[in-house]
Amino acid sequence: MSVDATPALDAGPDPEQQTALRRSGRYLATHPHWVLVFVLIVLILITGMIEPNYLSVSGLRNSALFAAPIGILAAGQTILMLTAGIDLSIAMIATGAAYFAANQSPNGPVLAIVGALVVGIVAGALNGVGVGVFQVNPLIMTLAMSGILLGLFTEWAQTIFAGSTRMNDFIRTLGGGSFFGGRIPWAVVVWATLSLLVVYLLRRSGFGRNLYALGDNTVASRLSGVRSWQVLLAAYTIAGVFGAIAGILLGGRVGAVDLQLAGVFLLPSVAAAVIGGTSIFGGVGTYTGTILGALILAVLNSMLNFLGVGTAVQQMLYGSIIIGLSWLYTRIAATQ
Amino acid sequence: MSAPNGSLLSVQGIAKRYGPVVALRSADLTVQPGEIHALLGANGAGKSTLVKILSGVFPADAGSVAVNGRTALLRKPGDSMAAGIATVFQDPALIPDLTFSQNLRISGLARDDVMPWLERMDLAHIDFDLLVGDVPLAFLRLLDLARALAHRPQLLMLDEITAALTTDQAEHVFDVMREWKEQGRSVLFISHRLGEVLAMCDHATILRNGSHVADFALAGVDESQLVTAMLGEELVEELAESAEDAAVETGTLTKAFDTPVVLEARDLRLRDKVNGISLELHKGEILGLAALEGQGQDQLFQVLSGDHRPSSGELLVNGKRLNARSPYDAIRNGVVFVPADRQQALLPQRSVRENLTTPLYNRVRKWFTLAGDEADRVDRAVARLDIDVRAGSQAQRLSGGNQQKVTVGRWLASGFDILLCFDPTRGIDIQTKAQIYDLLRELAAAGSAVILYTSELREIPLVCDRVLVIYNGRIVHEQDAATATEEILLTSAHGLEEAGA
Repeated sequence: MSVDATPALDAGPDPEQQTALRRSGRYLATHPHWVLVFVLIVLILITGMIEPNYLSVSGLRNSALFAAPIGILAAGQTILMLTAGIDLSIAMIATGAAYFAANQSPNGPVLAIVGALVVGIVAGALNGVGVGVFQVNPLIMTLAMSGILLGLFTEWAQTIFAGSTRMNDFIRTLGGGSFFGGRIPWAVVVWATLSLLVVYLLRRSGFGRNLYALGDNTVASRLSGVRSWQVLLAAYTIAGVFGAIAGILLGGRVGAVDLQLAGVFLLPSVAAAVIGGTSIFGGVGTYTGTILGALILAVLNSMLNFLGVGTAVQQMLYGSIIIGLSWLYTRIAATQ
Repeated sequence: MSAPNGSLLSVQGIAKRYGPVVALRSADLTVQPGEIHALLGANGAGKSTLVKILSGVFPADAGSVAVNGRTALLRKPGDSMAAGIATVFQDPALIPDLTFSQNLRISGLARDDVMPWLERMDLAHIDFDLLVGDVPLAFLRLLDLARALAHRPQLLMLDEITAALTTDQAEHVFDVMREWKEQGRSVLFISHRLGEVLAMCDHATILRNGSHVADFALAGVDESQLVTAMLGEELVEELAESAEDAAVETGTLTKAFDTPVVLEARDLRLRDKVNGISLELHKGEILGLAALEGQGQDQLFQVLSGDHRPSSGELLVNGKRLNARSPYDAIRNGVVFVPADRQQALLPQRSVRENLTTPLYNRVRKWFTLAGDEADRVDRAVARLDIDVRAGSQAQRLSGGNQQKVTVGRWLASGFDILLCFDPTRGIDIQTKAQIYDLLRELAAAGSAVILYTSELREIPLVCDRVLVIYNGRIVHEQDAATATEEILLTSAHGLEEAGA
């Protein structure tokens, strides 16, 4: 019996067309940022169709203002996800830092801000010691840290933090104010400055190389002389600082603090990094992607607000996005 | 366009690319029932890719496969199993965190299915409740083979199965292959050891750069014909020249070294694996280590490379005591390690450049920028090792030989004094092998010192200056490498010399 050697393994309609399709698919898989830019523009246009006023300086400014704390929190998540870690306590760190800043607000902005940053450094460093030195699983370590911090802050709200819960004017301007005729929010300037720093760290620094190496192959990193505890300690501390900065900005925007201040931003902070293509398994990802992810979430938030969709549904949506995209990126990675 | 009548497997025009890299251009292969068929080619020729396609690990981009004359769609491993194909991959397809019996259950097999095969291979004593991750690689290969045999496939594919095996273990595999053939079933055999291929196989198909270049009936063919077909004429001549150079060099290096001792081990012990090893390594020397599988050489390298503290004994580098807490401390003192398993050394998703320069940033004070001469260092290492960086954006896309070069090149790019190489040429083609050996000789000539463990005893006289044989965690034999024949090394590696002497 003879066998016809048709390309049986690959029964596409037209090989020529298929390779072109595949090639563009492959290009997008390796350069996902263009997809994100496209999605972002489409979302902005759709939102503009729903509410024409959105396509104005103030509409877009509000989205940027909303994106800033998400983007800063997500910078922490991106750095940690590159090492195959995560910080589930980052929103609680933000809340605590904001509390501290409000409490110290009567003593002037410098003390308030420095104090808030110290909260971030201490909590982040504790996470880093747990994960890096004692090798506690990052999910467990930071989830537990989140619980401990919630307990502490709840207790302190009546004692140590009793007093001012209102933010200093300087911090309020920083978190919610704008300049250049109300066009550019100060919070976005803070975010942009931090973004430059993070992009530099990830692309142009030895520390960045260590983050990627550690997340990609722990054994190989060790054999190259990378001491993971040092890298992880630094990474979790940086994430804690970013948490604190986001907390200061959020508190400043709201004007006063309470224990629910930053909680709703935990899921979006992870979602922004995942949307941006950072792998939760470590070793792959960029902060540019995360920035686009944060912007997309912010526009989505505006759109849903215009449609009258509440926070509850928004949280469900963030959750679904994380699940859906994690699945999608795993698929893409598998076919590469 | 029709397959020859009665063939068991007929593969035509299989192509596969990974992103920009073409792994297979057009592979043809025909395997008859009742034959042992060799699939040969240099590293990166596409052998493993073809095996994976035939195993249903991933689909081909083009081409057709027919089994017993019928077109077979191999979209997932189950398809290939159903078509009567079973594979023993280069990396054992067993889950390290499960016991062997749990692994069997996953593949739908019972103990009794594999037991006859284990008995045949002298492995009846193996503990089925041992975690697979704790079993040495050589045993895993054989366990994996037993599992594949239990499916009683029409076609058994063995990808580099003998690479990690000792001679007697390999002999068991050959017995099984012969029996398979006598039963009218077939074996597709991949090996870089051409001696084995010529002894065992009936036919050979040769791939070069992803394309089918030749078919041989192996009766009356010699190694050089196969090598020429695998590499192409020009390369073969080049290699012959460099081999002559190497021979001349080693000839002049047989005297005792009077250069300073750069590395000294004093009575190193680690649990019951390393039982008091003392050795001295001189500047400019390549010290060979030979041993059968599992004689403590793995643990010795872990201690020397700072990956594991010894239970007792001390290590001196340039006369200074080295008490390493992690590989970092060894690296700081110029002692660097290339492990046998590339998966332990590579950052699979990162670029060649990042792979090569990781050690440059292992100190906190180097964290804040990138090294100004990073690009130069990378270029030099790439040029010196002739690394093919076309797929360099992700190390996992490189061929095995190129990956191995990256693991060595890392230390060229970041600098070292003492290089510890653990079987760096396992499962790679002769061209890359020659390049790595040449490199080691050059490095030694330039004043570095090398400790080389290799499972290819034949190559010790070619590369090394002196050789130590390890048996049961002790050094049982020492001699000039130039006169170290395979027989001498094997005898002492089995621990026989002590009794005789």
